[in-house]
Amino acid sequence: MPNTKTVVPFTGTAEQEQRLMDVIARHKGQSGATMPVLQEAQAIYGYLPEEVQIKVAEGLGISLSEVYGIASFYTQFSLNPKGQIEVNVCLGTACYVKGAGEILARIERKLGCKAGAVTPDGKFSVDATRCIGACGLAPVIVVDGDVYGRLVPDDVDAILDKYL
Amino acid sequence: MELVRSHILVCAGTGCSSSGSAKIIASLEDELRAVHLEKEVRVIKTGCFGLCALGPIVVVYPEGSFYSRVTPSDAEEIVREHILKGRVVRRLLYQETVQGNEIKSLNETGFYKKQLRIALRNCGVINPEVIDEYIAFDGYQALSHALTERTPAEIIETIKSSGLRGRGGGGFPTGLKWEFAFKQPPGQKYVCCNADEGDPGAFMDRSILEGDPHSVIEAMAVAGYCIGANQGYIYVRAEYPIAVERLKIAIAQAKEYGLLGENIFGSDFSFDLEIRLGAGAFVCGEETALMTSIEGHRGEPRPRPPFPAVKGLFGKPTILNNVETYANIPWILNNGAEAFRAIGTERSAGTKVFALGGKIVNTGLVEIPMGTTMREVVEEIGGGCPNGKAFKAAQTGGPSGGCIPASMIDTPIEYDTLTAIGSMMGSGGMIIMDEDNCMVDIAKYFLDFTVDESCGKCTPCRIGTKRLYQILDKITNGQGTMEDLDLLEELCYHIKGSSLCGLGQTAPNPVLSTLRHFRHEYEAHVRDRKCPAHVCKALMQYNILENCRGCTACARVCPVSAISGKVKEVHVIDQDKCIKCGACLEKCKFSAIVKE
Repeated sequence: MPNTKTVVPFTGTAEQEQRLMDVIARHKGQSGATMPVLQEAQAIYGYLPEEVQIKVAEGLGISLSEVYGIASFYTQFSLNPKGQIEVNVCLGTACYVKGAGEILARIERKLGCKAGAVTPDGKFSVDATRCIGACGLAPVIVVDGDVYGRLVPDDVDAILDKYL
Repeated sequence: MELVRSHILVCAGTGCSSSGSAKIIASLEDELRAVHLEKEVRVIKTGCFGLCALGPIVVVYPEGSFYSRVTPSDAEEIVREHILKGRVVRRLLYQETVQGNEIKSLNETGFYKKQLRIALRNCGVINPEVIDEYIAFDGYQALSHALTERTPAEIIETIKSSGLRGRGGGGFPTGLKWEFAFKQPPGQKYVCCNADEGDPGAFMDRSILEGDPHSVIEAMAVAGYCIGANQGYIYVRAEYPIAVERLKIAIAQAKEYGLLGENIFGSDFSFDLEIRLGAGAFVCGEETALMTSIEGHRGEPRPRPPFPAVKGLFGKPTILNNVETYANIPWILNNGAEAFRAIGTERSAGTKVFALGGKIVNTGLVEIPMGTTMREVVEEIGGGCPNGKAFKAAQTGGPSGGCIPASMIDTPIEYDTLTAIGSMMGSGGMIIMDEDNCMVDIAKYFLDFTVDESCGKCTPCRIGTKRLYQILDKITNGQGTMEDLDLLEELCYHIKGSSLCGLGQTAPNPVLSTLRHFRHEYEAHVRDRKCPAHVCKALMQYNILENCRGCTACARVCPVSAISGKVKEVHVIDQDKCIKCGACLEKCKFSAIVKE
């Protein structure tokens, strides 16, 4: 998955920075604080750009390499911004044996965007996820928080058209 | 006290929530207000009923009417007909409960008849967000009894003699684990709960946390009392927002009631709980990696010994159990070790929860006594494969497990029998596959997963799984050789024997077990350049048969314009252009397109 340094310029606001500082102040000194701080930082900014990682490292008094090591280890953390509309295709086993691979291929073709990437206009990002837990609805996709289940590849066009 | 004449239970687990159960609850409440019955009838959101395939599920008591696939627009009919006039809405009833003019109890249906709910005892029964409902079902009785009347050694003895083994997959005797930590010198100790359910396609632990969070909290407090720990951590996947939310509510309520915190039940025992969110790393299901993650680092495992019971979280003695294991503890303490031992088999006591998914009619959550056969699960509880397809294999244990082929369908489900045939109990994922699934492709799917999830600390796992994947990819692309099959097997044993943690040691299992039971499929890919199930794209093609009517539907849907032909004449697929997406096959109304 392309999780390298982003080319999108950082556009954090002073208000976001204040919230981040509050989070750091709340967790500072706690054992095992780095992960909760990064989770809240991602909730504030939507992703974890280098600028944010530096602030977290300085704030918690640990090295940037340690912060980067954690941010790049866990799949929940994204070093790149997501699209305005996130398309998540479940590739858990239950969905996979019921043809989720073909659903993903159809979405990638339709949006011209591979899993793990963002469309050039920044509108959609596509991700393959491991089991969202709605196995009874397999195969399942989640678009902008809405769950669509029991899909066949032919359903893809109509669903995505709603968000175009 | 208010007098409530009816209860409407609505499943609010992740499965049913995904198909809109929150809207159903809102509509039901609106309708009840409209007919001024909001005081007499209560709408209750519960945990998972198990039959996810039929969700969203609504059950009306006292009648016990089981409504399936309910939509928000059905709320009006349920309230106006059933609640107001006492007429059951027959069209929404789960068809298996209808027999002529009679309506059967849910426990008589194929899905529920062979199940026995211990870990799931409160799921779909109580509102998980109301502690009083848990208490009304004997909740916190085990903890109060333990703290006021029993010594830690006595409780550990009960757990040991119950025969309870770890439900996360390892199968280690729980009582023994507790005893190790108990015997460590007094001082700071920890109790942890592994709720980082990583197997893609498994949702047992999530359902327990969503449907009955207090049972886990109670059991962790008991564990804390037994080993002398005053602090517990629940490590739960951040991808489980509903479970996390209900856990937070439950912990806050338990604190409010004095069931967590200082001097519980007036004893000198104090216990506090904290939630730590996982961040999507499969390796964190491994106990040492999980603890490293709670400590705030990259979730990499470390060698054992020292075992966590001696040196665990923050270097202190720690016990770590899985959610389902904990959910069994209060039941065992309330009903006794003998009652638990009486269920299941000699070496595998009690029940096991499975997330039944894939090519099966009754997708959902099932809890069966150990020793139930695979056939009973697939044919009776699961209702067989949909569309009359033939059952081919069941995969248990996810990326660490293996498959059970149709020829072994009478195998009883126990820890040791499953290991003996090259599979494993696992944490409870059970994926059913039919004749349309390719076993080489499934092995490749799991290796793709483990390559992605290998933490990279040790070489056999980091590079070995990648090499396994490459060989499987070569085979599914029709470029494999017979030597590759031998190489695969050899590599598997090396990786198993030399990896640092459970992830690497078990990663080759999906390959080994498919090689063992489905070697002929591997050979077909290599020798005949054919994928018998028509899944591997490089080894199959779509063709149009003579009975094509020339309706042009396929040509119009083809995304790469690979299909040509005149109206009312047989069409042809240009195999060089075809990307094998299958869109034409879906569109054809005359079954004139085949996969070969």
